[in-house]
Amino acid sequence: MYKKSLSYPYLAWAAAFIIIPLLFIIYYGLTDKTGTFTLSNLAAVATAENSKALFLSLGLSLLSTAVCLLLAYPLALILSSSKIGKSGFIIFLFVLPMWMNFLLRTLAWVVLLDTNGVLDTILKAFGLPRFKIINTPAAIVFGMVYDFLPFMILPIYNVISKIDVNVVNAARDLGANSFQTLYKVIFPLSLPGVISGITMVFVPSLTTFVISTLLGGGKILLIGNVIEQEFMKGTSWHIGSGLSLVLMLFIIVSMVLTSKYDDGEGNVL
Amino acid sequence: MIKKWISRFYLALIVLFLYAPIGTLMVLSFNNSRTSVKWGGFSLKWYEKLFENKTILAALGNTLLIALLSAVIATILGTSAAIAIHHMKKRKQSICLSIANIPMLNAEIVTGIAFMLLFITAGDLLSKAGIHFEMGFGTVLIGHITFNLPYVILSVMPKLKQLNMSMYEAALDLGAGERQAFFQIVLPDIMPGVLSGFLLSFTMSLDDFVITHFVKGLGADTLSTLIYSELRKGIKPEMYALSTMMFLAVFLVLLLMNLNPHNKN
Amino acid sequence: MSNRLIDLQNITKAYDGHKVLDDLNLYFNENEFLTLLGPSGCGKTTTLRILGGFETPDEGRVIFSGQDITSLPPNKRQLNTVFQKYALFTHMNIAENIAFGLKISGKSKAYIDDKIKYALKLVNLDGYEKRMPDSLSGGQQQRIAIARAIVNEPKILLLDEPLGALDLKLRQEMQYELIRMKNELGITFIYVTHDQEEALTMSDTIVVMNQGYIQQIGTPEDIYNEPKNAFVADFIGDSNIFPGTMLEDKVVEILGNIFPCVDTGFGHNTPVDVVIRPEDVELGIPGAGTIDGVVSHLIFKGVHYEMEVTACGQEWLVQSTRMHPVGERVSIKIDPFNIQIMNKPESKDEEAVALDV
Repeated sequence: MYKKSLSYPYLAWAAAFIIIPLLFIIYYGLTDKTGTFTLSNLAAVATAENSKALFLSLGLSLLSTAVCLLLAYPLALILSSSKIGKSGFIIFLFVLPMWMNFLLRTLAWVVLLDTNGVLDTILKAFGLPRFKIINTPAAIVFGMVYDFLPFMILPIYNVISKIDVNVVNAARDLGANSFQTLYKVIFPLSLPGVISGITMVFVPSLTTFVISTLLGGGKILLIGNVIEQEFMKGTSWHIGSGLSLVLMLFIIVSMVLTSKYDDGEGNVL
Repeated sequence: MIKKWISRFYLALIVLFLYAPIGTLMVLSFNNSRTSVKWGGFSLKWYEKLFENKTILAALGNTLLIALLSAVIATILGTSAAIAIHHMKKRKQSICLSIANIPMLNAEIVTGIAFMLLFITAGDLLSKAGIHFEMGFGTVLIGHITFNLPYVILSVMPKLKQLNMSMYEAALDLGAGERQAFFQIVLPDIMPGVLSGFLLSFTMSLDDFVITHFVKGLGADTLSTLIYSELRKGIKPEMYALSTMMFLAVFLVLLLMNLNPHNKN
Repeated sequence: MSNRLIDLQNITKAYDGHKVLDDLNLYFNENEFLTLLGPSGCGKTTTLRILGGFETPDEGRVIFSGQDITSLPPNKRQLNTVFQKYALFTHMNIAENIAFGLKISGKSKAYIDDKIKYALKLVNLDGYEKRMPDSLSGGQQQRIAIARAIVNEPKILLLDEPLGALDLKLRQEMQYELIRMKNELGITFIYVTHDQEEALTMSDTIVVMNQGYIQQIGTPEDIYNEPKNAFVADFIGDSNIFPGTMLEDKVVEILGNIFPCVDTGFGHNTPVDVVIRPEDVELGIPGAGTIDGVVSHLIFKGVHYEMEVTACGQEWLVQSTRMHPVGERVSIKIDPFNIQIMNKPESKDEEAVALDV
């Protein structure tokens, strides 16, 4: 049980496939083709095209994170207070969709939301106002919320369901009404889950290139698309790495925030 | 009472939101018409065609094999790592856990390109040494194992924390060797965590697109990358049929497991 | 009770620079019920874990029947442990739990089945073979933990606060059970507890420990009636401990009053600690005793009344079946036999005492 050697295979793996690859990004991000040190790859984020993509990514991912939080928090409260809130079932409910391919699931929204799509046809049949969402930034936010909502629900649910019922009872006993109990007791206690959920939605939203490709009609570029093209279309690995480093700055900030609040209770599992 | 109905309604709405695309894909898989917009009547023809489509079947094979292998390897590696990390001193433990979490918290695209840079550089170096190495099945497997590891560690760690260490000591006390005590006493106790780590790994691997996209090279297509490459031409309806079958199969298995009272955990 | 079975020699153990045991010497005899008694952090559990093989001492040796077993792993030792929280294997039924050690040592099925029957009978749980640990009460789980240990026929059974999680009634019942089992098995029990009543009830020998040092070793009667220092006196039972001066043999001055006693050999005008058990303080009408005082507290305890009497500026704890209401003037008298004189702490061992009391 105590054998130290038990950790060696893992540590070797982590060094080879977690640490070293990251060092590669740092190296490529801070050098040019000749291998000399440069900050120009980082500065590439300031070009009109790239900064537009970055700000659009930031805006859309913040928006989708906020929407996820607003949708997930009440749901987590409902789940943790109801009888169906058995954790096995909840995980079942929210992990199950992953068994249908994530690209196909996202693409299905095109069928549902497109002009003359399912929703549009229904709205037309009832004579309701129709809206065009596909191939707009709104569709991308929609896709982000759809894809990452479970990552907001599960950590918050996990933390709330672990709150001792007697703590809530004590608050009521001391005269707090249900809103005050929620606001002054449950919410502060659930903060680790909220923070963890925010990171788990914000980071993938900020860095996605798939959702924008699928639902943006290929016309809306997010920072993820820019990086992907730098690599897969063979433009420049150095600039791609530089942009990734800039992106990682945001990730690190949100990771530091998480580790500050997260005592390990707010994990998805 | 009203509150209860509002809660129910809200829950139903979210579930509908999550499952609407799945329903849509299922319906499309039975659609006689080739375009996804028009309903051309019920048909099973995509299910028949699926079994003639070698490309899809090969990608399915790759996907399942990678998911299975990466989940098995990550489970073994991750469980032993979790045990080692569990016994580390506080400081060392938190450093190790932070590193372990990187693949989960970091952006997939960054992990993906980091792997790509590593593998391509490694390939260049090795070819200078006369060894042929390029991205393919093996690199996809390595990538998947790496991003599966944190899920295994995070599933096993809480079980280790709950584990009553005196159970392990009791086994030693009763004459068991360290190995026996581990396999007969500790492992059965943390098994639920190990299993959920395995299942989660399998699922994550199956659903992954981004990392596979960057490390697959020319060879190994999984279902995800195949779908992505078909985007421009339009997705083959066989794909809908396949995902419907996979989804239903998993749904049934999980349902049976949940109904079985012995597997409450 | 003569043969030395296990010997701890000069055991020292520190955690993160903090010494838990310091040069501890202790031996255990065959067929003895020995209790390590002390407050938490006194080193009693560490001593037990060193015996069980779960800890290795930094210095010193563990000798078992003449053999040095200091670094022998637990699975190679001829002793078994009953753990604090039972440590039953939750995924095995009762029979499998009990059979665990026997299967490992490769015993035949018939032998194992026999042993399970015998052990369950011994702990009064016949017929529980197929039950799961979760379905048993705390007391029953404790019995199974004992059964699981003793089927391996250890020379010594180590018990780490085994009754700590049980309620009072069950605890008292189990105390008698343990004595019976020990007599039936004829092996040595080494029992760790912080509960002085448990120790007094069950033990042949009590070892009182504090801060890594042994304070006193003796029979329960010795420990209770002749505590060697203020720590032992305070820890075992209730007691009044006052500073005093031994004026000469058989004469002690307590709080400015002269009391006759029976102790000799302390010399003249020697500062000492004086211990008087509350049940030994006799109350009477004012003037009838050595000193007078006023009752300041009164509590009914069931068997007796417990009172506090203020006399000579000190609170005296008194237990008596006769009630004296608060405010009543009473006299205090003490039989010379019931005054216990102890040296002030001097030696290294007793410094620990001074720190704690």
